[in-house]
Amino acid sequence: MNEWLLAQAPFLPPSVAAVMVILFKIVLIVAPLMGCVAYLTLAERKVIGYMQVRLGPNRVSLLGLDFLRGWGQPIADALKLMTKEIIVPSGANKFLFLAAPIIALAPALAAWAVVPFGAEMTLANINAGLLYILALTSLGVYGIIIAGWASNSKYAFLGAMRSAAQIVSYEIAMGFALVCVLVAAGSLNLGEIVEAQRGNVLTWFWLPLFPMWLIYFISGVAETNRAPFDVSEGESEIVAGFHVEYAGMAFALFFLAEYANMILIAGLTAVLFFGGWLSPLPASWGDWPFIGALVGDGIHWFLIKLSFFLFCFLWFRATFPRYRYDQIMRLGWKVFLPITIVWIVVTATAVVLELPPWFDRA
Amino acid sequence: MITFETIVFYVFAAMLISAGVLVITLRNPVHAVLSLVLAFFASAGLWLLLEAEFLAIALVLVYVGAVMVLFLFVVMMLDINIAEVREGFARYLPIAAMFAVLMGVSLLLVVGPAHFGTAQVPIPPPVASDVNNTEQLGLAMFTQYVLPLEIASVVLLVAIIAAIALTLRSTRQTKAPKPESQVRVRREDRIRLIKMDAEKGA
Repeated sequence: MNEWLLAQAPFLPPSVAAVMVILFKIVLIVAPLMGCVAYLTLAERKVIGYMQVRLGPNRVSLLGLDFLRGWGQPIADALKLMTKEIIVPSGANKFLFLAAPIIALAPALAAWAVVPFGAEMTLANINAGLLYILALTSLGVYGIIIAGWASNSKYAFLGAMRSAAQIVSYEIAMGFALVCVLVAAGSLNLGEIVEAQRGNVLTWFWLPLFPMWLIYFISGVAETNRAPFDVSEGESEIVAGFHVEYAGMAFALFFLAEYANMILIAGLTAVLFFGGWLSPLPASWGDWPFIGALVGDGIHWFLIKLSFFLFCFLWFRATFPRYRYDQIMRLGWKVFLPITIVWIVVTATAVVLELPPWFDRA
Repeated sequence: MITFETIVFYVFAAMLISAGVLVITLRNPVHAVLSLVLAFFASAGLWLLLEAEFLAIALVLVYVGAVMVLFLFVVMMLDINIAEVREGFARYLPIAAMFAVLMGVSLLLVVGPAHFGTAQVPIPPPVASDVNNTEQLGLAMFTQYVLPLEIASVVLLVAIIAAIALTLRSTRQTKAPKPESQVRVRREDRIRLIKMDAEKGA
């Protein structure tokens, strides 16, 4: 794709053209991501609605079409949020108050740079990709803390404090779970991690690293402050937590960041434990005429897996009651952390013994 | 000869130094912590320029992602009275200035310009793009430098245990609930159903 794109503008100097290609790819990632976020809010309301025997949003339609009722809701919501006034509380630290939503969103988008969508479909194929993801997901907490502090409001501050302690705690378990993955794959490069899982459904890392998969995903839910770990928002206790003072587009940015992070965690779970773009069907079927491209490896498998884990986020929200705060801390420190440390030893032993069928590298 | 790398270096270096100055001059402690975060980012950028991507990302991960979050956490909860902190500034100035000069001189002697530059440290030969920096670092750390690494980790372990031992007081009356006893609670322990006749209306 690079050569083709570069050939489209022969009049540009090569360095400028290279930058243009990168910018084009960024747009190719971010624009669909924003669309996904918009329609994820609709999916969330619909899924939870059906789970609670309600209809969910069903008024705003697209183009006046009857079967698209509800599909215009995200667009209506976005327009509403864009036209609303951003109210800055009088005691707030104005600069940080307005910077906080941006600080929350930027790492959520930047982390997508290293996500492998397909065999050659990565914006930045860097060697320390896993570490980069871990570093950027740990930055998202700044937006929340700064928002809570700059709002000069008790509820916002309480939400920020809860969130900071929670995210720092679960980051440790998450990091150790990722250490297991990189020990198993022998690489920090996300593309190579996917390639290390090549084979069939049973050679994907979810089986040898089964507890790590569960811990990673649960920690991911906690990191994104989603139910049942949404104590930093905790509507029934502290109104809306850290973003209680925000309105309009500033509030929308927090929402964008939260949903972009959800999609990222779902995508990473697919990449790290479920073989990313690899097809679960036998490799020989990929040679079939016409449908070979569908049953073979490709970005669509990545998207299917990602969608399933996204659905789990919504499913959890509809079914689990909120954790009590001390129980969140106990789960992170006293349950997840020991399990991950034990499993690092187990994984390392299995790799050293070259346990088939996962670790018998030629 | 000004190359693109030189410009990037000076941008990050200027960012690092100005952020460092801001850390000690800003009145608001939260702003000072945030400048320190910026300083870490700038130094991570400088390390990226040296093609040390593992170190740069680890710096962001450990210091910005964890240590500074806890710093912010604490600083936000403190109620620092700036006037009280600044009290006696003039009185302590001569002693402070003396120590500052002393520190400055010793810093210059230890890491001064005499120890740097291409005369002392030759420019490393350019490496091929397929050399994995992270892997090389891991190999060096766990083979050549395994003993210093082990010593450092034991020191860290001791520090962790000491920190826990210093703050853990078993005599303190904690009201923390015990989850195992909460889980073991049966319905009969909490609820008693009583049969009684319906009350008659007055």
